[in-house]
Amino acid sequence: HQVLRIKTRNEEEVKQLQLLESLEHLELDFWINPSTAALPVDVRIPANNVQAVKAFLESHGIEYSILIEDLQVVLDKEKEDMAYGQQRERSSNSFNYGVYHTLDAIYAQLDHLASEYSNIVTKLQIGQSYEKRPLYVLKFSTGGSNRPAIWLDAGIHSREWVTQASAIWIAKKIASDYGNDPSVTSLLNKMDIFLLTVSNPDGYVFTHTTNRMWRKTRSKNPGSVCVGVDPNRNWDAGFGGPGASSSPCSDSYRGPSANSEVEVRSVVNFIKNHGNIQAFLTLHSYSQLLMYPYGYKCTQPADYAELDALGRAAARSIRSLYGTTFTVGTICTTIYQASGGSIDWSYDYGIKYSFAFELRDTGNYGFVLPASQIIPTAEETWLGLKKIMEHVRDNPY
Amino acid sequence: DIDDVGHKYYLELELEDVLDKDSTVNCTAEVLYHLGNKNIAPDVQFTLEGEPKNTDEADNIFYNRIKNLEKELVAENIPDSHGNVPPEMEPIRLLAWVASGYVIWQNSTENTKLQLAQIKHVKQVKRSDEYLEFDYMILLHDTVSQEIIPWQMTVLWHPQHGVQVTQDSRQPKHASG
Repeated sequence: HQVLRIKTRNEEEVKQLQLLESLEHLELDFWINPSTAALPVDVRIPANNVQAVKAFLESHGIEYSILIEDLQVVLDKEKEDMAYGQQRERSSNSFNYGVYHTLDAIYAQLDHLASEYSNIVTKLQIGQSYEKRPLYVLKFSTGGSNRPAIWLDAGIHSREWVTQASAIWIAKKIASDYGNDPSVTSLLNKMDIFLLTVSNPDGYVFTHTTNRMWRKTRSKNPGSVCVGVDPNRNWDAGFGGPGASSSPCSDSYRGPSANSEVEVRSVVNFIKNHGNIQAFLTLHSYSQLLMYPYGYKCTQPADYAELDALGRAAARSIRSLYGTTFTVGTICTTIYQASGGSIDWSYDYGIKYSFAFELRDTGNYGFVLPASQIIPTAEETWLGLKKIMEHVRDNPY
Repeated sequence: DIDDVGHKYYLELELEDVLDKDSTVNCTAEVLYHLGNKNIAPDVQFTLEGEPKNTDEADNIFYNRIKNLEKELVAENIPDSHGNVPPEMEPIRLLAWVASGYVIWQNSTENTKLQLAQIKHVKQVKRSDEYLEFDYMILLHDTVSQEIIPWQMTVLWHPQHGVQVTQDSRQPKHASG
């Protein structure tokens, strides 16, 4: 395909080009449309029509030059450059934490962090998604054997992009703070941290390729044209109760049974096999909420007083940075009754410190939070998480 | 609770200018949710204590820019996937936000919470009078069901006459994605 730049000298020539524009069979793609003689007209012409168009222009005495001789060559070079750029990014690590990344880019960065901070960071695979993508967890540990640990996950709902983005920033923060920040250092000297940056990789890829607003997994539902299960209605906690749908087409479809989703099952198995998880923290967006159990029932958990106080302390830490306010409370009283949620499961399983965060904003941009807010969101969220982690460190049970 | 009528809420609010966080106006409001019939929008009465910032200059700049476009404005995905909004599209986004507020009000009950999620498509419609008209396809996020609901709305605007939604209709969702 060629791209021509046509220099029109008068209105008459502009009209000729507009005539050309109307000939649909030529499949002309005007990059600058003919409108006024003052502006050049740039047009991409499919290979098989190039000669015909040039003949038309020449016969009308219309001046043109070749802007791009062969578009394919330009596109191939661009692809090469992008791949090279990515390579460079990988070796010098100019990973930009302030933009949203593809799954591949995030996964590459997990490897990079594990390599750059190999003394404390290792990458584990805890399972595979429905479409067979690996589920990678970063383990932050200074040694010991099966130390008490903190679990943190993000992106269980794929459209909540600020959560995966914050998680990778937090990974870097934890790794680089060890040995520099007294609190993180003492935390990792006693406990391990497990961080699942992308809990729902199939959904995340789908939000990049097809539907930015996709929430669920991508599992097929037998007998239905509708795809996917809401992974945060699929946990074994009040499963089948109010606040989850039994319809596969619903965005809050609970699934055919608890743990039907491999993404959920993989985490459950990991937690159970580990046996020493002390806190279960999960990131969502949006609404700016900090919640503890329960969601499947509207009664307070036994540890209500402690969880509420800790939640409020964490919210104060978050607010201290940029003034962002989080509302604290049980899931049921703060948003709605919802069954099959992850922190209800973890709490009933015995993990006392179970919290769910809903990050920025409160609806102005919602899911499509501007990338410029990623780092501020990650920074303030980290302060809240740190407050909770410090409490967990200092209150073994 | 008002027997046989519905539930009334008395609210004291602080309104904050989205474009200028330091500019706030206090507001008192009464909202009445009607019993039973889901097809009646809640009644809203409100009083502003003071006045919001004057936006005449910015309104007129935007109005004239659109009026002077050679071709009718067309745009998609505002914000885009990364939350970006080209500066010249920001007023288009804000207009949709205001207009969607009307649509949301008309479709709200005590148990709903709808928010504007994204503008999928907007097309300016040529008019011979002084109004600007935009045909929007928006996505509403239903925070309770978590559904994303496509909605069409036709919006009229004029700097002195304000915003009007002349037509709106809920659109069917696509099945697989």
